[in-house]
Formats: sequence, C-alpha cells, structure tokens
Amino acid sequence: MDIFFFLLFAFIAVIAAVNVVLQRHPISSALSLVGVMASLAVLYLLLGAEFIAMAQLIVYAGAIMVLFVFVIMLLNAGTEERSGRSWLSQVLGVPAIVALLGLLCFFAYKVFPNAGFVKFGDFTGGGAKEIGYALFTEYLLPFEVTSILILIAIVGAIVLARKELD
Amino acid sequence: MQNLWLIPGLPFVGFLINGLFGRRLPKMVTNIVAVGSVVLSFLLVVMTGLNSDWGAQPIHVSYFTWIGIGPFHVGWDYMVDKLTMIMLMIVTGIGSLIHVYATGYMEHEEGYYRFFAYLNLFMFFMLDLVLAANYLLLFVGWEGVGLCSYLLIGFYFLKKSATNAGNKAFIVNRIGDFGFSLAMFLIVVNFGSLDFDKVFAAAPGKPVETLTAIALLMLLGAAGKSAQIPLYVWLPDAMEGPTPVSALIHAATMVTAGVYMCTRSAAIFTHAPIAMETVALIGLATAVFAATIGLVQNDIKKVFAYSTVSQLGYMFLGVGVGAFSAGIWHLMTHAFFKALLFLGAGSVIHACHGEQDMRHMGGLKKYAPITFWTLLIASLAIGGVPPFAGFWSKDAILVAAYHHAPWMFWLGAITAGMTAFYVFRALFMTFFGEYRGHGHPHESPVSMWGPLAVLAALSTVGGYFFNVPKILDSMFPLAEEPDNPMLLIVSIGAGVIGIAIAWYMYVVNTEVPNRIAESARGLYTLLYNKYFVDEIYDATVVHPIVEGSRAVLWRVVDQGVIDGAVNGVGYQSRGIGSVLRLVQSGNIRSYATWVVLGSVAVIVVMGVIGRSF
Amino acid sequence: MEPADALKLLNSGVPVSWYLTLSAILFAVGVAGFLFRRNIITVFMCIELMLNAVNLSFITFAHQHRQASGQLFAFFVMVVAAAEAAVGLAIILTVFRNRSTLNIDEINTLKN
Repeated sequence: MDIFFFLLFAFIAVIAAVNVVLQRHPISSALSLVGVMASLAVLYLLLGAEFIAMAQLIVYAGAIMVLFVFVIMLLNAGTEERSGRSWLSQVLGVPAIVALLGLLCFFAYKVFPNAGFVKFGDFTGGGAKEIGYALFTEYLLPFEVTSILILIAIVGAIVLARKELD
Repeated sequence: MQNLWLIPGLPFVGFLINGLFGRRLPKMVTNIVAVGSVVLSFLLVVMTGLNSDWGAQPIHVSYFTWIGIGPFHVGWDYMVDKLTMIMLMIVTGIGSLIHVYATGYMEHEEGYYRFFAYLNLFMFFMLDLVLAANYLLLFVGWEGVGLCSYLLIGFYFLKKSATNAGNKAFIVNRIGDFGFSLAMFLIVVNFGSLDFDKVFAAAPGKPVETLTAIALLMLLGAAGKSAQIPLYVWLPDAMEGPTPVSALIHAATMVTAGVYMCTRSAAIFTHAPIAMETVALIGLATAVFAATIGLVQNDIKKVFAYSTVSQLGYMFLGVGVGAFSAGIWHLMTHAFFKALLFLGAGSVIHACHGEQDMRHMGGLKKYAPITFWTLLIASLAIGGVPPFAGFWSKDAILVAAYHHAPWMFWLGAITAGMTAFYVFRALFMTFFGEYRGHGHPHESPVSMWGPLAVLAALSTVGGYFFNVPKILDSMFPLAEEPDNPMLLIVSIGAGVIGIAIAWYMYVVNTEVPNRIAESARGLYTLLYNKYFVDEIYDATVVHPIVEGSRAVLWRVVDQGVIDGAVNGVGYQSRGIGSVLRLVQSGNIRSYATWVVLGSVAVIVVMGVIGRSF
Repeated sequence: MEPADALKLLNSGVPVSWYLTLSAILFAVGVAGFLFRRNIITVFMCIELMLNAVNLSFITFAHQHRQASGQLFAFFVMVVAAAEAAVGLAIILTVFRNRSTLNIDEINTLKN
C-alpha cells in the first residue's frame, strides 16, 4: 500500500509543481503550490513525521501561501507579457537544469543503492512528544535564535512595507 | 673607559634637541645646548687623555655587533690611541671655539637653531669617524660629514648658488666615496675583516698588487673628501656656506679626514710603494696648482679656500713620502691657523657688513685691530715664518720630501713662497691702505674675537709645543736624518721673499699688480678663471651624462619601459575588467543561471573527489 | 511474477532513493521556474518550492537513520522560510511601489 500512496501523491506533487511553473496568472501558480504542499504533507505522514506534516499544512499551506495570495491581490498582479530579455537563462538554463537533475539522480542511485525502505509505521520518532523534547534540549539554541530571527523579520516587514512619512 | 660613546653622543643629543625643538627654544637655550655639548665633549676627551696617558695605553671598546654574517663580523667599536687623541683634541677643541664664534657670527641669521643642529650633527659624525676602530664605522662618519657638509653649504637654501654648491660638494664627494667603497670591498675579500688591527697585522703578507689597488682606491676616496686633484672642485664653491662652516668643516676637520684615513692605513700604504708615490705626486701637484690659482683671486674666502686645497696637498705630500707624522703635524697646525684665517675673514666680512670682495676693503687696521693682529699671526704661521706653528710642520714635510726626491723639495719651497705671497696679499689688501668700501666697518663682538685670540695663541706656540712626530714616535718611528741647514734657509727664505714681494706690490706700489695683469693678460685670465677646470668638467663629464640621461634613461627607460609596463598593467586590468564587467548584467535571471551552473560544477567536483565517478 | 512475490513487493515499502529522486525532480522544477518566469512573485513561489523539496530530503534521511534530527532541521527550514517569505514580500511591495512593475528583468539598476 505504501508504494501506491507514494506514487499517487508524488504524481500529484510533480504535476502541481509543473503547473506552478507553467501557469500564466500568479494566482493559479499560488494555488498549485498549495497543492504541492498538501501532497508533500501526506508524504511526510508516510515517512513518519506527523508533527512536521501538520506544521507544513498549518504554517506553509495555511499561513505563507495565504500571505502570497494576499500580496498578489494587493499588487493586482496580472498575467505576464512575453519579453525575453535574458538570453543567458534561455540558452544555458535548460542544459544547466538537465545537468543538475541528472547529477542529483545519479548520486541518489550511486550513493544510496541499499539505503533501505520506507514503510509506514517503521519510524515512530516523529511525534509531537519526541520533537518537542529534542527541540527544547538538544536544539534549544537554534530554537531561541530562530525566535529572534522571526522578531527581526516582523520588524523588517513592518518597516519595509509601511507608507512613506511625508 | 666605557663612556667613550659620550664623546660623539653629546653632540648628537645636542643635534636632536636643537633639531626637534629648536624652533621653540629661545636663542640662549640653543646656544647652551649646542656649544655646551661640544665643550663637554672636549672635556671628556681631555679626561680620556689623562686616563690613558694621552693614548699611550690604547683603549678599545666594543659596543655591539653591527654585522655578523658567518665569519665576517663588524662591530660598533671605538678605539683611542695616540693618533686618535691628537685628532680628538683638534676636532673637539677647535670645534668648541668655532661654536662659540658662530653664536656671534650667526646672530642675525634666519634658521639659527637649524644651523647649530647641523653643526652638532657634523661633530657627531666627525667624532665617530675619528674614534672608529674599523673601516665601516669610519665610513659611516665619512658619509655623515659629507651629508652635513651638503646641509651646511646649502644653508642659505634660498640662494641658487648655495644649493648648487651643496649639490656639487655632495656629488663630487660621492665619486670619492665610490672609490673608498671599492677599497673596502677589496679589503673584505682579501682580509676577511674590516677591523683596523686585523687588517694592519695581515697587511705585510698580502701581494703588492692587491695592496696597491686598495691604496689607490682609498686615495680616490681621500682625494674626494680632502679636495685633491681631480676632485677638489667642490671646495672653492663650498665657500657659499656661512664662514664658521668654512672654518670648521672645510679647513680644520672634514677635509682632514682623508689625510687621517691615509695615515691610519699607513700599514697598507707603506707596503704599496707605487701608491705612496702617487699620493706624493698628487699632493704636490695639488699644492702647486691651487697656490697658483690663489694668487689672483679677489674674494677673500676664495683665497683661503684655494689655500686650504694647497695646504692639504702639502699634507698628502708628507704622507706620500713616508713622513706620516709630519703630515699629521701639518694637519694640526693647519687646523689652528686656517681656522683662524677663516674666522678672521668672517670677522672682516662681518665688519664690512657682508662684503667679501677685497677690492672693496682696505684700511681696516684701524677699525678692527684685534682682527688684524690675529690675522697677522695666522698669516705668519701659514707663511712658514719661525717660531710660528706652520713653520715647524711645513719644514718637516719639506725636509722629508728632500730626502725622498730633491725636486719635490724645490717645488714645495716655491709653493711655500707663493703661499706666503697670496696670504699677505690678502692681508695687505684688507687691512692696509685706504678704505675702498661703502659702509662703516667696526670691530666684532667678544664672542667672535675671543676664539680668534685663542687660535692666535695656538698658532704662535702650538707648533713648538705639540711636537707631533715625537708624540707619534711609537707609531711612526722618526727617521734619523742629518741636519741640513740649507733646507732650513731655503724654506724660511721662500716665505720671507713671498712676504716681501707682497709688501712691495700691495703696500708700497699698488700700481704694480694691475701692470703685471695687463702685460700677462693670458696667464692672468687663465689663473683667475681657475684654469677653466670647472668648465672642462662640465663639458666632458657633466653635460654628456645629463644629456645621456635625458635622452636614454629618461625617455626610453623611465617613460617607455617602466611607465609603459606599469601603465600597461593598468590598461590590461581595465581591458579585462571591461570584459568581465559584462557578467554584471543587472539581470537577476542571469545571476541565477550562473548560480545553477556553479552548483553543477561544485557537485561534479565533489563527485570527483569522492571518487564516485 | 508470482502473486506472493508481488504482494511481498507491495508490502516491502518504498525505496529511499525514490524519495530522493522525487526531491530532486521537485528541486529541478523549482530551478526551472526560477530561471524562466518573469513575474517576481512567481519566482518567489518557485523558491518556496525548492525549499519544500529540500525539506522532503531531510525527512527522508530522518526516517532512514531513525533519528528525529532530520525532522528538526526541516522544522527550522520552515521557520526560516516563513521569515524569509514575510520579509521578501515586503521587499517586493516596496519595489513595486518604486518601479510599478513586477517584471524581474526591469529591476536591473545594478547593471555593470
């Protein structure tokens, strides 16, 4: 059953990702991205990371993507026009991406040929209790630092986005 | 005596104080610092002399190692023996007197503190030169006095002629220093050390050719510093400097450094007969040559300058015929009377408010009597009239010359006559007759005539009391020579005849000089223009070098090659930069493309390193 | 293939390398979108896509090694992505106010 679920949601994720790239209007891209994140959340569940899966849905799909949609609405972004002003990315972009993809897959198969299997239920260390414990003991410092980071982000966003005082 | 270093050290401290703070110090403080440091040095020298029985027990002090490369070792070593004692007494004693004189002479000059700072610095270097126990340290003093000479000649730096004279002195000295440096290199190669005692002990065993080469190169250096042919041309021009400078540096101390160096290196010279002969010949030639020029000069300082060159020639003659102690004796007596002559000339110039041309002086006997009497004593001394100082030393040199080669004696005697003539000519033109100038001459202050009086006393009795050959007997054994009264009579007679002719020509019948000049117009022009030596040098040496430098070294090498290379690098950088600049297109997507390409490259490299391929 | 073998195959789970390949594909798609799209907001969304792909890798490795540290890493990536999204969108707003364009090619004052 694992393979079936994996293939289904992987397929959905890839289709949605390609849709993000191919859609004309940004709002369609945003909705496709939400689809990617949802399917990834399911895959996280398959991998035994329940907490992260829920965090993904709540934070990413629920907060960040909503922020994106708000900004698109605020800026009234319309469809894009065609104007190819960067020859470099057109010419070299495709081979670069192909090379990148090829290399990564090559490494995935070369370095991890016998890395094991992912079976639902094999790993139970992803629950809220285990994550919370590790977060507040071993990873306490990064936790506190990221809280400061978020504070800075809030302040930065407010400063950047407010109206000019005249 | 561990505080030998104080002897040059005190003037150096004086230089620092006056040089750094002199601008803000009152004149009295500058005076005390400058004069006091030299006087204290003199007292220290006297103390050292008493402690070491005037150099009979040599003192040798090593302060620190300056160069230590393998077996080659040069230390900052000071040494005091009899020769050093004589030189030290001369330098500090006459230096003190001239410092006192300068406080009066430079009273109204700009840059008062700067003058004394330079003068103290000069004392430091000169004392270092004299105290040195190895050639390298001597060379430090050698170069240093050359530097101070340049600074002091060009003291009135707003006058083009003064700065030119300073340059000329330094450059001509440099040529001599080049010879000296080569001599030192040869010494290092052949002897392995620059210390005097090591070199002089090993000298007898070296081949004659080596010693001759070293000695001739040293002679080149001495010729530059002590103004012998062919490098004497800077000394007359050096009269641009203030008169105390002419007295101290260009009469009593710096120019004698060459003689001192040759005497110190006696061990090398005595084993190189060809070099000795060359020294004697150059000395004699210079003596005659300079005396002839001095016969017709009208600037009082120029007369004495050529006189100095001529007397230095005498010293070299003495050294060259083997009479080293006679040469040093003449060095000492010359320091007395030449310093007196220059200081007196300064007093005269001061009295005439800056006038230096003797044709505009005259009759100063009644305005400046002290100056007159002291200069009279100096003139008698230089003329070789007994019992004044110059007679003893000059006679010793002439006697030694006679025993070496009689023709040298006769030439030397004729030159002695010429010396007496031109000195008394200057005396008579200045002090006798009617005053031909435009100002109101007056006597000098006590700070100026005090040193004159002391020097006059020394010029009177100094030759008799300081019998240098007896003092230096242990270093340079006196030769047993039969007394030859004829030589005595000839040398005294030459001086007296010179004085008589000058008396006749400049006091009794003052038309005679002009008539002689008219009838021998060509010869007169030649002598008056100093044989056109400066012009010859200019045409043959200076001009080609300057033009050559301009055409080749400047245009081709400097502008073409060096500037071309440096500018070329600049242009290349700009060119490459303008090509590389195209990467910064400002376009975010192209940047991103580069990032992706870069990450692909990194992954490949990591793979290669991890041997996954 | 025997039905027993097929069933065993079905029940043995998904190989880890498949997850990694999926992650690589999502990452490559994100890069493609970043290079080829012109709207700033779309470009930004592709960045988020890339971050998600990396998160998947982290969780996969956490499962493989049976450790929670990989998941914590992914957690922190999410936090940073959130902060970055907030600030980045604020910047986009400011740029839009000054330039009145959302075309990434027009924002090129750092040219040369």
